[in-house]
Amino acid sequence: MALKGNLRDFSTTQLLNLINLARKTGTLTIDANGNQSWLCFKEGKLVYATQDERGGHLAKMLQQSGKLTDEQARAIQQRMEIKNDKELGLLLINAGYVSQEDIVRSVRSYILNNVYPLFTWSDGTFRFDANMLPFEDRITIPISLENVIMEGSRRMQEWERLQDELPNLDMALRFVERPDARMRDINMSVEEWRVVSFINPRNTIHQIAQFNNTSEFQIRKIVYALMQAGLVELVLPEGVTRPAPGAPDKAPATMRPPAVKRGVVEKLIGFFQQRQ
Amino acid sequence: MQTVKIVVTGPFSAGKTQFIQTISEIDVVATEKKISRAEERVKDQTTVAMDFGRISVADDLVLYLFGTPGQRRFDFMWEILAEGMLGFVVLLDSVKPETFREARSILDTFRAYAPVPYVVAANKQDMADAWPPEDLRIALRIPPEIKVLPCVATDQESVQHVLLELLYSVLELMDAEAEE
Repeated sequence: MALKGNLRDFSTTQLLNLINLARKTGTLTIDANGNQSWLCFKEGKLVYATQDERGGHLAKMLQQSGKLTDEQARAIQQRMEIKNDKELGLLLINAGYVSQEDIVRSVRSYILNNVYPLFTWSDGTFRFDANMLPFEDRITIPISLENVIMEGSRRMQEWERLQDELPNLDMALRFVERPDARMRDINMSVEEWRVVSFINPRNTIHQIAQFNNTSEFQIRKIVYALMQAGLVELVLPEGVTRPAPGAPDKAPATMRPPAVKRGVVEKLIGFFQQRQ
Repeated sequence: MQTVKIVVTGPFSAGKTQFIQTISEIDVVATEKKISRAEERVKDQTTVAMDFGRISVADDLVLYLFGTPGQRRFDFMWEILAEGMLGFVVLLDSVKPETFREARSILDTFRAYAPVPYVVAANKQDMADAWPPEDLRIALRIPPEIKVLPCVATDQESVQHVLLELLYSVLELMDAEAEE
């Protein structure tokens, strides 16, 4: 079953967040403005991304990162006997041209450079094919999506969208209770660290902004990035009564719930149970 | 005679009228009208005021189902329909991601009307491109304590299951309130 849609309705950030949280394996194909991008994921980690139908050539990646000269890259690409990137990587390491670290860095950089522009695409179709992983002959690097989303979100900077996504600055924040969320591997700016240091259910987002002398725009940007990376979530500020399980979050209700007795609900349940 | 009211809401063309039709014992009192806007012409008719279905549970107990109009320009009806509801169902079209943002907005609006339980029903799960309920939960940022249920509005058993799960949530809330 493929997930299909348009970036107008479901953005790149939201897609990556979904793939990350659902730990999906498969390939995301995005088609926009005549360009096509392929992003491959393994268990929620980005492993490859390209805008080239055949996948990028390792020689070209090494050339782009300055590890090979133009001439060397061209000569390698013309040698037909080298079947794939993995084989080429081994040959280059054994010949002493590059180190394994050079290759990892170059591929990683190639992948990320193919992903970040997608955050600014606001229109175009997407399709996620679960468990489909092309480009098997290419070198893949598992990259945690949290950082990718953080950086992508920084680049996006769409004020309207931010306001849309985070309309209420009187909410508080707390760190998500996810054992696999490793804060020490996350790269954050000084401003983000300042916000992180104030995250506590007692402080509203508004207060955090005031403490740090941060504008509404800036705080929305930072909180949104942290939320999209799955590091924090919105909560009611401490002191505001939390609704009981099954009930919606606190909202300024304008109506009272009906005075229906428990026995009536049990009767309704019994009725539907009998019919099933 | 006691009457209980459940509201079925959701974006345009999510299947609300069908959901009520499938379970109601009477012909649904539908207030449908031919669609005038070209961009919304994915079906011939749409609900402009409400849909109304009835289920006789016992001699002294009747369940009423009210379906809201899906188009935004009829949203003045929503608050009227929400008055006195026991809970509500947010119906989604699982194959139309373009309606998810609207669904989230409708959900927030109904939550603000009354602090009653609700469930999210992911309709059209029998279609090949349907987003699975757990992906919809993430996409719509539905909290873990709220149920996101698979649904096929044309299937009576599936509709019953959604209503049953909503009633369980109502009961849980009653128990939680009794403990306080």
